Amino acid sequence: MSNIPETGRTRRVTIRLVVLQILVLSLLATLGGRLWYLQIRNASVYTAKATGNHIREVVEPAVRGEILDASGRILAGNETRLVVSVSRTSLLQQKDGGKAALTRLADVLGMPAKDVQEKVRLCDAKTPQPCWNGSPYQPIPVTKEATTQQAMQIMERREDFPGITAQPTAVRRYTGAEGANMAQVLGYLSPVTDDEVSKTADKTGLDRYLPADQIGRAGLESVYDRDLRGTAGVTKLEVDNLGRVIGTAGTVAPQTGNNLVTSIDARVQKVVEDNLAQAMNDARNTFDKVTNRNYEADSGAAVVMDVHTGRIVAMASAPTYDPNLWVGGISGKDYQSLTSKDSNFPLLNRAIQGQSAPGSTFKVVSTTAAVQAGYSLDGRYDCPKSMTIGGREFKNFESENFGAISLEKALEVSCDTVFYGLAYDQWMKDGGIKPKKDPGDWFFKTAHEFGLGAKTGIDLPAEVPGRVPDRQWKQSFYDNNKDAWCAQAQKGGNSFSDQIARENCVDGYQMRAGDAVNFAIGQGDTLVTPVQMARIYSALANGGTFYRPTVAKAVISPGGDLVREIAPHEDAKFPGDQKLLGYIDQATAGVITSGTAAWKFAGAGWPQGKIELHAKTGTAEVEGKQTTSWLTTYSKDYAVVMTISQGGTGSGGSGDAIRRIYQALYGVDDKGNVDNGKALLPAPQAELPKFNPDGTAIIKPAAYTVEDPSGPADPGVTGGSPRVFLDPAPPAGPATPLLTAAGAALEPLRGAGRGRA
Amino acid sequence: MTSYGSYRQLRLSPQRTGVSKALAKDSPLWRLDWILLLAALTLSLGSSLLVWSATRGRDSLTHGDPQYFLYRHLTNVVVGLVLCAVVIGIGSRRFRTLVPFVYVAVILLLMATLSPIGSTINGAHSWIQLGGGFSVQPAEFAKLGIVLAMAVVLSDQVDAGERAFPSHRAVFRGLIWACLPMGLVLLMPDAGSVMVMSAIVLGILLGSGAANRWVLGLLVLGTAGSLAVWKFGLLSKYQIDRFAAFANPQLDPSGVGYNTAQARIAIGSGGLTGKGLFHGTQTIGQFVPEQQTDFVFTVAGEELGFVGALAIILLVGVVLWRACRIARQATDLYGTIVAAGVIAWLSFQAFENIGMCLGIMPVAGIPLPFVSYGGSSMFAVWMAIGLLQAVRSQRPIAA
Repeated sequence: MSNIPETGRTRRVTIRLVVLQILVLSLLATLGGRLWYLQIRNASVYTAKATGNHIREVVEPAVRGEILDASGRILAGNETRLVVSVSRTSLLQQKDGGKAALTRLADVLGMPAKDVQEKVRLCDAKTPQPCWNGSPYQPIPVTKEATTQQAMQIMERREDFPGITAQPTAVRRYTGAEGANMAQVLGYLSPVTDDEVSKTADKTGLDRYLPADQIGRAGLESVYDRDLRGTAGVTKLEVDNLGRVIGTAGTVAPQTGNNLVTSIDARVQKVVEDNLAQAMNDARNTFDKVTNRNYEADSGAAVVMDVHTGRIVAMASAPTYDPNLWVGGISGKDYQSLTSKDSNFPLLNRAIQGQSAPGSTFKVVSTTAAVQAGYSLDGRYDCPKSMTIGGREFKNFESENFGAISLEKALEVSCDTVFYGLAYDQWMKDGGIKPKKDPGDWFFKTAHEFGLGAKTGIDLPAEVPGRVPDRQWKQSFYDNNKDAWCAQAQKGGNSFSDQIARENCVDGYQMRAGDAVNFAIGQGDTLVTPVQMARIYSALANGGTFYRPTVAKAVISPGGDLVREIAPHEDAKFPGDQKLLGYIDQATAGVITSGTAAWKFAGAGWPQGKIELHAKTGTAEVEGKQTTSWLTTYSKDYAVVMTISQGGTGSGGSGDAIRRIYQALYGVDDKGNVDNGKALLPAPQAELPKFNPDGTAIIKPAAYTVEDPSGPADPGVTGGSPRVFLDPAPPAGPATPLLTAAGAALEPLRGAGRGRA
Repeated sequence: MTSYGSYRQLRLSPQRTGVSKALAKDSPLWRLDWILLLAALTLSLGSSLLVWSATRGRDSLTHGDPQYFLYRHLTNVVVGLVLCAVVIGIGSRRFRTLVPFVYVAVILLLMATLSPIGSTINGAHSWIQLGGGFSVQPAEFAKLGIVLAMAVVLSDQVDAGERAFPSHRAVFRGLIWACLPMGLVLLMPDAGSVMVMSAIVLGILLGSGAANRWVLGLLVLGTAGSLAVWKFGLLSKYQIDRFAAFANPQLDPSGVGYNTAQARIAIGSGGLTGKGLFHGTQTIGQFVPEQQTDFVFTVAGEELGFVGALAIILLVGVVLWRACRIARQATDLYGTIVAAGVIAWLSFQAFENIGMCLGIMPVAGIPLPFVSYGGSSMFAVWMAIGLLQAVRSQRPIAA
């Protein structure tokens, strides 16, 4: 190179060329660096933007799973409606913008053409309703109630109706199987709000709400929403810069939701609902001597629980409503009628959300507390007509004097003064008005051990915890209300409430003797829910195990396979010993034969010798209202609890109703004859229903599993103590696999969806 | 190889066949810069796929034939190659004598464009329709004219051995020759091409060895001019926003801002290896405007990813590297100036075009050399390659 003879280069030009070269190199390096920054460092940001640019999602809602009773009867199912919808995307591809097709559609549907056109136009600031405010890529429903004939016309002349489809679509239906209503237990659905859709937009799977979703808002529909809802199908459309659809980027078919098998028996539910209504009706025709008018019986609740598992066999709440009001969107008028004050709030499930003082049904807790505190079961306790405690006279109900009696007898005859005495004794031992540093508080402690003042954890939403008015509660209640009390006291009025306010202003935090003794008989500030009482009486029946109440038993796939079982859950153990349990058993049986409920049971022909029942009545006083009626009962299989607000006494208000429920369960007639053939559910349904290959349940009455529960078929069973029957599996059970759904899984022809959907 | 060499040595020169003549060490083919040629050819042929991908779905442009632009682009490449061969065949020395004719032809073409013969596309009156769907953009050839005219004027005295560097007078005359076509292009108005021409003038002044004050003076003039336009409100706010939208698309969200944002999304979403040819969602959805011409680089970025886009930059780099080599090894100042002008031309145009796609340069209607669809641009850059090859062919065989 050095010997190039002729060249145009001088030294200056050479340097200049080097500068030019460096300049070029740095320009190219800049481009490379920027390219790396966009494509490697920030690739994900731009990928997301590109996806948002060209992908539009069209959602096809999934068919919601069904809610079944213990035998497979459909409680909440789906019914098919013919929905005619119009795809805007394909309308716009037509030459006249789909005008002719829409006019023909209006003709077939018998609607004015203008209505159809308005329904499919997009909402914007200037467009008034009716208009479509969903995604423009989503098919727009024109009618949800097309007739079969209309649908046929549309689908058979596809060329006349481009972009228009008539499709059967599943809509929720609460079947009212066997006449059972169950509104509050089942709950209801309503469409997702825009807010919910946008809030969950960056989530995936079931956590993400799609615009067409219906969400469970109450009851089982809400708690098991994720199981029932299924996965919506999504079609991803590719669009160009003008929003025209240019292709499909993938379709995910909708997946039907799973079915939920509950422990509810629709027939028993029907019996319980009817008897609750009957009891309330009877109460309204009964004269209340205290208030000198008939009982109001404004609301009530009843629970039937399987004592061996805590499963709910029936749960009723009154007043009630028709759950189908919610289907397809509730009207404003209906909503008003369900939520106004005049309605008395039928949406409330009073079995878990209604709370009141338990009255004497609480005495099983007090008895246990007394034994825990050291009082002998074999001792004798004075039961006078009345007692004066803290300057106030506390009377026995109906002012009876039984003399010195055992604790068992005190429980059986519901002697208040025995428990007053015990509670007062304990209160004094704890230091009276100036409590010891570490008071025994046996009555409060035992109430907590029985699960009062806390939610039971039942699989239904918005359960209330009730209240145990212990020292802690007193203090916090005082802290919250002190100012109001003192303000009222300041005014210097002289009414009863003014006097109370004056007292409370000074020392409302104190646990007074009156509070302590009132608590021992379940009056005063104590609040319990029916399901809490059912849980307690189930434990008394099953030998001392507190189960968490459950309504759902299992989640079953649309094809009938078991997805997950909801097993019984042991929460706690009865704090006393078996001897105490035996005493309570005997005392509560005595209530049936000779105690407060005898006139409704033994006296009304109940065959106590064949089927032993146990009961405790309760009549809770409510300031300014009529008494709350409580009746808590159990057999070896079931705990049945009923309460009626302003319904009178425990036995008077609910005695007949509960007896009739047991009669239906065990097939007992009014004369006391037991007919197993007529028994609705002589033992709780322990198995899951079997399913057909298409996922529908094979419905067989539960009774078939138990041949003759009371018959002397097996001497080993009848010879022992009655608790031998407590084994939840029926005698024929063990050979049959519990998970019958697994059998269906072997069926090769099983379809993915439900035939009826 | 050695046996073949010895076999050839046995032959007497007058009897050499055509093939062996072409392969002979002193043949014009051996004198070509094959690396330069292959790099430019790879860009041109490879870009046909990008142009095809960008246009096959645009029915309004292709008249329903998805391959319409593919064939047209390939035709342009072939014509460009022929023009390149013609320039090489004429040779550097002979071409130098033809420069006045080329210059006059360019000026006439530009004036014809401004006359009613020309037509307006995208707001600039810079096209001449030839019928049959063909049209010419004379500004592309004007770049060539400026390079050649300035090279002749600046190198005249130096190559004659009269001076070591171009005289001030020569530089001044060169600038006048450059300003005439630039003024005509500015009237169209095609500011983008004027920017490229300014870069060419700067490159030529650098490469010619003209006094530093000319180079610096031109830079100062350019800066002062820009500031004056900015400060004295010669442009409306809308025009300034449009200009600045490359950096902040929010300034013009529906116009240029939208284009640059979409271009950036296309490139950024390509990632390392891209979405695959014909699978770019931004390209299929036609979110990037002018994607076969000014924004063709976004197709590579989206569908071929970092790897493909970087390959384009590297191939442009190879072309420029070979051009620099040719500038350094030229036997006369004319050759050096021609090469320097072409370097400035191609490098500025590539930087502006790719930089605009990447959002670091303002949007201007400037094609990416060898890659963008467009006949005039393709012909002009291939003629530039021909000029470079001709300059290289000048030098002795020993190199």
